[in-house]
This record gives sequence, structure tokens and C-alpha cells, in this order.
Amino acid sequence: MIEIDNLSVTYTTAGRRVRAVENVSLTVTAKASFGLVGESGSGKSTILRAICGLAPISGGTIRIGGVEVKSPRSKDFAAQVQMVFQDPYASLHPRHTIDRTLSEPLAIHGIKDTDLRVRSALSDVGLPGNFRFRYPHQLSGGQRQRVAIARALMLQPQILLLDEPTSALDASVQAEVLNLLSRLREARGLTFLMVSHDLAVIDHMCDRILVMQHGRAVEELSREALAGAQMTTDYARSLFNASADRMLEG
Amino acid sequence: MTLLSVRNLRVTFDTESGPVEAVRGVSFDLGRERLGIVGESGSGKTMTGRSVLRLIRPPGRIDADAMTFDGIDIKTATETQMRGLRGRRMAMVMQDPKYSLNPVMKVGAQLMEGLRLRDKAGRAEARAKAVAALDAVQIRDTARVMEAYPHELSGGMGQRVMLAMMLIPNPDLLIADEPTSALDVTVQAEVLSILDRLVRDRGMGLIFISHDLRLVARFCDRVLVMYKGRVVEEIAARDLLKAKHPYTQGLLNCLPRIGGNRGPLPGLDRNAAWAT
Repeated sequence: MIEIDNLSVTYTTAGRRVRAVENVSLTVTAKASFGLVGESGSGKSTILRAICGLAPISGGTIRIGGVEVKSPRSKDFAAQVQMVFQDPYASLHPRHTIDRTLSEPLAIHGIKDTDLRVRSALSDVGLPGNFRFRYPHQLSGGQRQRVAIARALMLQPQILLLDEPTSALDASVQAEVLNLLSRLREARGLTFLMVSHDLAVIDHMCDRILVMQHGRAVEELSREALAGAQMTTDYARSLFNASADRMLEG
Repeated sequence: MTLLSVRNLRVTFDTESGPVEAVRGVSFDLGRERLGIVGESGSGKTMTGRSVLRLIRPPGRIDADAMTFDGIDIKTATETQMRGLRGRRMAMVMQDPKYSLNPVMKVGAQLMEGLRLRDKAGRAEARAKAVAALDAVQIRDTARVMEAYPHELSGGMGQRVMLAMMLIPNPDLLIADEPTSALDVTVQAEVLSILDRLVRDRGMGLIFISHDLRLVARFCDRVLVMYKGRVVEEIAARDLLKAKHPYTQGLLNCLPRIGGNRGPLPGLDRNAAWAT
């Protein structure tokens, strides 16, 4: 479904070239859930941004459903791939009502039945219908992230790119949002590419995991290998040992 | 030996729709040990921490039957006395270095400011102490960090700078409000071990405020679990897995685990009766 081959992303800042991602390859099969883990600055979010055309690609190819993506990304791309960002406080327009946020993609793509679709989108993510006419500041963090997920699903894409979707949320709210994502994936047969620094979250959500450091791929693991601590690189092991989840047993 | 003693602490905010109680009758004692306060957003954990330093602005009000720090009555201390205590004897590390450091002042100047004004240190002495403080929190290239502005530092570095700043006067009590929640797991582990060593070596009392129960369990001796402004359970950290209260159990169970089953995570049961 998603094939990334030798992807490199290079930023130029103040005359200096920063290679945020270097020769990373990965393949996500249809309806699978793939996780990217690493510290900040390891390039994991940059990969998601590169897929959406939000980062300067300096080498390699990205194919979605076997077709190489075009630059700039087309409307068809938006109908197929959508992204949910980390910070629900920054990713929703503060002066647009939820209704406007959710109907905008429909208007752009000329899809009718706005009213019905907005209502069902809200109920799909477990929000009451009267939230339609609220502004983002009238919602809690968890509710906002639900709206961001609803927005991403408006065009009924097959692929969701999830950039730390729960790291800004409390543990209990995180559980609710993760359950929501699992339920939607099951019901709609979605493909997930998910970024997180929390190994336990990635383990809960993903079948395959790629560990990244300094813009490079360090090690790819299956879920079973992670749970069985069968990593072969020191870095993946140190990440595993530092995971908060391990602390209770230690 | 009790360093801090709090009895029936209440924090009330007067709003247009009547008074709102953010903290409702919290009591605890702290020796030279590590106490964790855990709860969701809005449970009153930060307000409890701030009350100890009397850092609650009107319309917020602090009430308590007793609140003493090393024999000093915090309830009745004058503002001048409180200023003498804050920073020097009790310090607080805030959650986010992005908002807590002065963005237009070099890190070195911020570290030296307190030393120059509070301790009347000379320029060279203040500089030496500031560098030593950065060393103590494991910052390697101190020369660069001293000359850097906060935006030039990563989150983990910024957090260590704040920690260094709070530790310069060698306080007896350190209140750390989500000191690592903005950090990556590996950096988080590093900052925690620095904090741990400093607390042990200097014999400080520590109040560690966090929403991450697992983190607190590893790091503290004792844990207070707060819900809607009340302490619902107090438990030794090593017994956390045997927690009795359903809310504490809920907080633990809603976290995904490596190699755990992948069914839906149990939601947190919030029973209004626990808050009364």
C-alpha cells in the first residue's frame, strides 16, 4: 500500500544542509499497521510529512498503491491519504467551528450530503451532534483529537498517517483515543502508518515496527520480536529498556 | 523528620458561577523523601504543588488547617518571608522549558542572575557556579550552553537548564511539576536519573507531580493518587500493583503494555462518589 524506497529529506538552514532522513526504505501492506519509533530529531515525523509533500525530498521514491506520488500532491492523493497531527491545539483552525472544519474537505472535493456526513463523522468518533457548532477552544484535548480524526476521515481515505496522535493527552484519554483508532481501523479496513516515541503505544497498535535514530533506519522488528526483546541492535534495546512500561517490572 | 506538613488544604477559585474548589482537603507529610502526586488533568495535583509555595494568584484562595515548612507557618508568613523561602529553600521545576525560560536572555545570564542578585556573588564567581550547576545536570559543552538562547536548545537540554537553575541555591524541597513529560523516553530516563542522584546526594525532599503512574512508581517512595481535588489513595510505590482503589487500578490498566493483549484498553471508570 505504501512503498518507500531509499527516501532522503534534506533541509537547508542558514547555508547548512541538514539531512533529516537518510536512505530509509519501508513497505506497509494494505490494512496493516506500521509503527515508527525513535527520539525527537530521529526523522520519524519527517517521513510522514514527506509522504504528504510537506518536506523537501532529496532522493528516493514514494509509491502509494503502486503509483508514485506526484508533486504537488493531487486531490486524489488527499482522498486516499490523510494525516492526524500531534498537537490537537495547533492542528484545528481556532476561528472555524467544528462544522466548518469538517465540511471544508467535502466542499473542496465537491461532495454532496454535507449535513449527513458531518453528523455521521461526529458520531463515528463518539462526539455528540451538538458539538458541530462549537469552536476548538470549547473542547478538551481528547475531544479535539477526536475532531482531528473525524476531519481526516471525511474523504474516506484508505491510509491514515498518525503523528504522535496521543502524546499530548492524559493516560486515560490516550486509552480512549487508541481504542477509537483501533475500532475505526477494524471497521473501515484502514492502513496505518503511526509515529510515536512510546514503544508501548506502538506495540499496542502496530504489527511491524521500524526503529529510527539520527534520520536512519536502525532496525525493523515484528511485534512478536519486540515483545520477546529479540532486538539485535544496541539502540533498539536501549529504547526498549528505557520504556516506561518496563519500569514496573524492574 | 518532617520537612513539610500539610493539613486539609483547600484551593478555591471564585468564578462568576460561584466558587470552584480545585483542591479539597488534601493532607500529607513529607520528610527527606520522594513523594509522587498522580492524577489526570484537572485533578488538582499542580495546584497542590503551587499552594506549598503560595503561588496561587487571586481569584484563587488557599485555605488549610495547617501548612508548615521546617517549622515555618506558610499560612501566616509575610510575602517577604515567602520570597526568602522561594528559590532558596523550596524550588519548583515547571513542565515546559519553552515557556519557563526567558526567551530573550542567554542561558548563562539567566543562571547567573539569581547568584548575582540573591547571593551577591561577583561576576566570575557567579559564572563558575553556573557552569558547575550545568555540569551537575550532565551538560557536556557548558561553554556553548552558557552562550545559547533557550530556543537554540533541545527540550531535554532546556529541561536540564531549568533543573540546574533550581538546584543552584541547594533547596531543601524541590517540587517538580511534570518535569519530563515534554521529553523523549531516553532523555526522560536520563533527566530522572540526574534528579534521583541529586535528591539522594543532597538529601532533599521531592514532590514529583505527573500523570504517568508507571514513571512515578519507579521513581518515588510514596504516591498520592488524586481525583477531582481529593486524595483517593496513598500507597507505597512498590505496592502500586496491589493498589486497592479502583481509580488507581484504572489509571494503571489504561496504559498499553509491551507484549500485552491488544484488545480495547479498559477505559477509566470515573465514579462521582470517590470525589466526596
